[in-house]
Amino acid sequence: MEHVNWVALGIFVLLFGLISWLGFAAARWRRGDLDQLHEWGLGGRRFGTFVTWFLIGGDIYTAYTFIAVPALAFGAGAVAFFAVPYTIIIYPLLFLVFRRLWHVCHRHGYITAGDFVRGRFGNRWLALAITVTGIVATMPYIALQLVGIQVVVGALGISGTGLMGDMPLIVAFLVLAAFTYSSGLRAPASIAVVKDILIYTTALAAVVVIPIELGGFAKIFAAVPAQKLILAAPGPHSSGAYSNYATLALGSALALFLYPHSLTAILSASSGHAIRRNAAMLPGYTLMLGLLALLGFFVIAAGVDKLPEYAAGFKQFGNNFAVPALLLHSFPSWFVGIAFAAIGVGALVPAAITSIAAANLYTRNIHREFINQNPTDKQEAQMAKWVSLVVKAGALVFIVFVPTQYAIQLQLLGGIWIIQTLPAVMLGAYTRWFNDWALLIGWAAGTAAGTGLAVAMQLKGTYPLIIGGFTIPGYIAVWTVLLNLVVAVLLTPLLNALGPRRAPRDATVAADYMA
Amino acid sequence: MDQRNNGGEGGGKRGGWSWWYLLFVIQFAVALWPPLYNRVDPTWIGIPFFYWFQMLWVIVSAVSTVVVYLATEH
Repeated sequence: MEHVNWVALGIFVLLFGLISWLGFAAARWRRGDLDQLHEWGLGGRRFGTFVTWFLIGGDIYTAYTFIAVPALAFGAGAVAFFAVPYTIIIYPLLFLVFRRLWHVCHRHGYITAGDFVRGRFGNRWLALAITVTGIVATMPYIALQLVGIQVVVGALGISGTGLMGDMPLIVAFLVLAAFTYSSGLRAPASIAVVKDILIYTTALAAVVVIPIELGGFAKIFAAVPAQKLILAAPGPHSSGAYSNYATLALGSALALFLYPHSLTAILSASSGHAIRRNAAMLPGYTLMLGLLALLGFFVIAAGVDKLPEYAAGFKQFGNNFAVPALLLHSFPSWFVGIAFAAIGVGALVPAAITSIAAANLYTRNIHREFINQNPTDKQEAQMAKWVSLVVKAGALVFIVFVPTQYAIQLQLLGGIWIIQTLPAVMLGAYTRWFNDWALLIGWAAGTAAGTGLAVAMQLKGTYPLIIGGFTIPGYIAVWTVLLNLVVAVLLTPLLNALGPRRAPRDATVAADYMA
Repeated sequence: MDQRNNGGEGGGKRGGWSWWYLLFVIQFAVALWPPLYNRVDPTWIGIPFFYWFQMLWVIVSAVSTVVVYLATEH
């Protein structure tokens, strides 16, 4: 870390510059009136199968995924591979549930989950709960992407103390904020294509070249300690690591498309066909995620964590330094520049989509609902642009002044929070059976229980549920969304009986959900 | 075949239920049942079963999703 890697840095800066130019130029791509919220915030719903593929991919495969999944494999072993069953589950969900949501949102001009819930259940407080959950859950997600940039900038050899040390991060975010402001969702959509070319190149090179350098997969896995190689077999009266693994995959999958940035990417598609086609094509990404996870084992086999030149990096960034160290160790400087640029740009895409999604939520479901009920199109779009700046500034302040560990823990809480919107959003796409107040109380119960359990477990994310002497360790998000559902199901007939006798409010009809 | 079904329950040509969706259930069940694949042997080009089986299952799932897509699209 003492000396700067000039070749890698030069290529990194060059690619970053190219990407930034693309972000600004995107304003003119598939030109629309950016003074309308659906044009700025959803790209005019004009993206076909191809662009949607990259946008959704940009949400799932971020800088943080690239750094953290291998880091988990490096540190904890087999459990990191839960990312693979997770992605197997998300596509059928996309195929079935989110296509319905796309249709109803398209028909009614909804641009957020809050819009949909407001229309479906006619309850502004339930919509507010969904909205606030979305905004709060995405903030740490943006901050985490900054961690990705921090790690690669550090690995390039740029270090400093205080504000100077954070300078590269601040510059990257000023550029990001500027092109998001001016181009809206078109910016991350155009960049996502380049980002994926860079990421695919890096991932393929890594899984082909590094195993050859290390003498083949057999040698690599021989270097992995037995307890990391596969999941530990459960002891008596416990489902042990198995239920942990399965609930982590299931809970993360259910949460994924409830995040505002995922929904933004989905709703920007030009047709329901584009969504379905994507669900069939996206597993191409999953394979890459599996390959990336294997990089963690390459790190163990290459032993880079024990080399003195990387000691400072591991000390500063912990296991998150594993992938940058491996790339530095295995590739010539010019390719390291490309690989690190891939990670850096991998941070910009989701950070841009996320800030736009949060801005859409605030503008539509808080400002318009509670503050100014009749904004002009231009006022509405302008408000969203400002909010996107505020959200990013907030994330930047967070990452500069708060220890990284908090961002990671908050991200974990974010997953537990966002899954509580499942009954209203995902089940709401199928049925209006639920009472709106029952859903709100269920949401509150799930959120409170999830936060409480996570804090009680020192923010580890999993909790051993004990039923009749049998222990089932599992992801807190799954346990608490079950509680949420039980509460909503039990209270629905009760509140319906107590409430005034009238047909439930619902701005949508069954046909709205189909092609 | 563009008629809309206001009842919503069953019978809808698009957006309704299809028996093809059962393929998704198989996809889920295997992916979420670790005892099926939590073992080292047999390895493939040196990669333990745990890893190559799940990657293979991604490909199987992708193919089955394409099958469902083609079967339900028309």
